[in-house]
Amino acid sequence: MTDNVSERIQSEIDSNDVVLFMKGTPVFPQCGFSAAVVQVLSELGTKFKGIDVLSDPDIRDGIKSFSNWPTIPQLYVKGEFVGGCDIVREMYQTGELQDLMSTKGVKVDA
Amino acid sequence: MAMSATEIERMIKEAIPDARVQISDLRGDGDHYAALVTTPAFKGKSRVQQHQMVYDALRGRMGNELHALALQTAVPEDA
Repeated sequence: MTDNVSERIQSEIDSNDVVLFMKGTPVFPQCGFSAAVVQVLSELGTKFKGIDVLSDPDIRDGIKSFSNWPTIPQLYVKGEFVGGCDIVREMYQTGELQDLMSTKGVKVDA
Repeated sequence: MAMSATEIERMIKEAIPDARVQISDLRGDGDHYAALVTTPAFKGKSRVQQHQMVYDALRGRMGNELHALALQTAVPEDA
């Protein structure tokens, strides 16, 4: 990963409270795992920025080493890596995700 | 290329020897698995760190040969 890619990723997670690196877009996810996280965030009523890694091969490779995480999707909240699809779903079911959002001062409707 | 459940279990246990690993083949196609990994080694670690330990054990297979592994991690209750 070049410094440039790393800087672009850092700048995205610095300038947006909730960032989802995903395959496809929030409106048209291209993968079931990405779609599942979009669904959770929608149910929470959280605003987030979706970054489509399919349209950006540098980010697609870069985000894996950036987070030391082998798969997409990846969710960041206030600059912190929260996890992929399994963790996000599990945290949503147990209510931990809602707690995390409010601890970090991110607005949710649910 | 797919991976067998036995192979996944072997790699996880090689890296985390006292882990209890339960794997189910979700679609019977050798490509979509769910794994529950339980070990005292996860104690005090965040979920992200626990999953990273399992991914490290799979040494780069995850996201490549292994397309889909729904992962759940836990610390045994008596740990």
